[in-house]
Amino acid sequence: MSTRDWAWPLLAVALAGCQTPASPHRFGIGTPVGEGQIAAWNIDASPGNGGLPPGHGDVAAGKVLYDAACAACHGDKGEGVAPFPRLAGGQGTLATAKPVQTIGSYWPYAVTVFDYVRRAMPFPDPQSLGDDEVYALTAYLLYLNGIVPETADLDAARLAAVRMPNRDGFIPDDRPDGGR
Amino acid sequence: MTDIDRRRLLKFGLAAGAAAGIGVTGRAKAAEGEFILPERASGLGRPVLNPPYGQPSPFEKNVIRRTWTKGPLEQGSSMTPLADLHGIVTPNGLHFERHHSGVPELDPDHHRLVLHGLVRQPLSFSLNDLLRFPSVSRIWVMECSGNGNSEWAKPTRDSVQGTHGLMSCCEWTGVPLATLLDEAGLLPGAQWVLAEGADSAAMTRSVPLAKALDDALVAYAQNGEALRPEQGYPIRLFLPGFEGNMNVKWLRRLKVAEQPFYGREETAKYTDLLPNGKARIFSFEMDVKSVITRPSAGHLLKEHGFREIVGLAWSGRGRISRVEVSTDGGASWQPARLQEPVLDKCLTRFTFPWVWQGEPAILQSRAVDDTGEVQPSRAQLVAAVGVNSYYHYNAIQSWKVAPGGEVTNVHA
Repeated sequence: MSTRDWAWPLLAVALAGCQTPASPHRFGIGTPVGEGQIAAWNIDASPGNGGLPPGHGDVAAGKVLYDAACAACHGDKGEGVAPFPRLAGGQGTLATAKPVQTIGSYWPYAVTVFDYVRRAMPFPDPQSLGDDEVYALTAYLLYLNGIVPETADLDAARLAAVRMPNRDGFIPDDRPDGGR
Repeated sequence: MTDIDRRRLLKFGLAAGAAAGIGVTGRAKAAEGEFILPERASGLGRPVLNPPYGQPSPFEKNVIRRTWTKGPLEQGSSMTPLADLHGIVTPNGLHFERHHSGVPELDPDHHRLVLHGLVRQPLSFSLNDLLRFPSVSRIWVMECSGNGNSEWAKPTRDSVQGTHGLMSCCEWTGVPLATLLDEAGLLPGAQWVLAEGADSAAMTRSVPLAKALDDALVAYAQNGEALRPEQGYPIRLFLPGFEGNMNVKWLRRLKVAEQPFYGREETAKYTDLLPNGKARIFSFEMDVKSVITRPSAGHLLKEHGFREIVGLAWSGRGRISRVEVSTDGGASWQPARLQEPVLDKCLTRFTFPWVWQGEPAILQSRAVDDTGEVQPSRAQLVAAVGVNSYYHYNAIQSWKVAPGGEVTNVHA
């Protein structure tokens, strides 16, 4: 066997290990963006990662907005107009045969109300509300559920500090139920 | 030339003569049961490109998605007609739909995917950018975790489309999410990825980083062609085996963070209430499940004798390892034949030979996956989680066959 005969396989292995152009670690594809560029898209607010914007809104302002933009589907007091969801009441029903899952009885975090209203409500015209309006609506919905007083005026810090009644109502996934 | 050949030729000649306006009259009516060639207005059928994008035969006009949604259909769902489909791949026009604020119309030339948060270099990608990356193509099932939620308390829907049709299976092609995360460079503390759509609801879900780095795909194609608008055109997230809602359509933004975002879709919805008032959260995987699609509710068995039982089995946790069929309401079980290919997190077709002579029967199927998870009976499932969990209903389905051949949805 000549040197060339046994050397070729070794060379091929060496090329596959370090010189093949097919799969670089990074590809240099995509355009760098700055946070300022994407501010209009960056609208998430959450209990653990922040994101609540400046501004504030109170229960009274929230009621005016709610009556105009929300009550047609969700009822005058958040009782819901079928098939649209009920938003208030239901506390103490989760362990009964007829649980009523609302913001007040079920949702673990108040910040989620702000995040959801800001991105997805009102249903026919989402992302049409300003941040002060979303704070006000959030305050009113929490008031309808007996979680904040009628005088509440919420901003980022005060909303993040609200403790929801069902905060500890969730458990990790412990399936499967059919057994193994 | 045989006698039959001569007769066929004669009839063809008569039909062609009539079509050409020769005015042949007095043609004898074909004898009962005799096969005759069809009469046609012209000797030719439709030309090519008519239409340029092919459509099913007009005789298949009832093979369509249907909805049971109450309220505005922009926030509704439509279901796949499983009883009328024959393989493991769902045609693109029949893939189930679930929208939260309607289908947006997105121009792929202007759509961008932004990846930011706990990454070294935030990036935006055009569709053209995504098409340059190494790609993956896999056949995967997707099931809405609300599939079957009408069936917890009592048998409700009158077809397998209504009981199981929030489930479809396609070949999905795209870029592994891990590749994009690597391109941007994960920073210490990264544990979750928020996925957000460009629909009017800007729908969001939090994805655990382990899944994002495992088999998650940013998909741009479905069964070989661009995604359908109702499936997220131009790009969607695909998380094999995870509940349908997490496969965010019209994907616009991915944000890497330390904590889950506890959005409305993963707290108020897509959590599973238990009898003690506690609810499971982040219950992502779809459990092992199967259903007989033929015969199924709404069918009428007109003939006695042999007919093949056909069904589908799947698991969000792995491959199907076994399916058993019962024709006596679960009193006895026999193995079904699994048809290859049997793929990970994909529909597996099963068949079972059956001779029916008009006796009452209750048809059931029970699947086991390669994690060993066994599809539960409804009684087992209800004993474990009650009837108010809403999501993740994977109980054994029962179809009752009456002596007259009517097939109905029952709890047995």
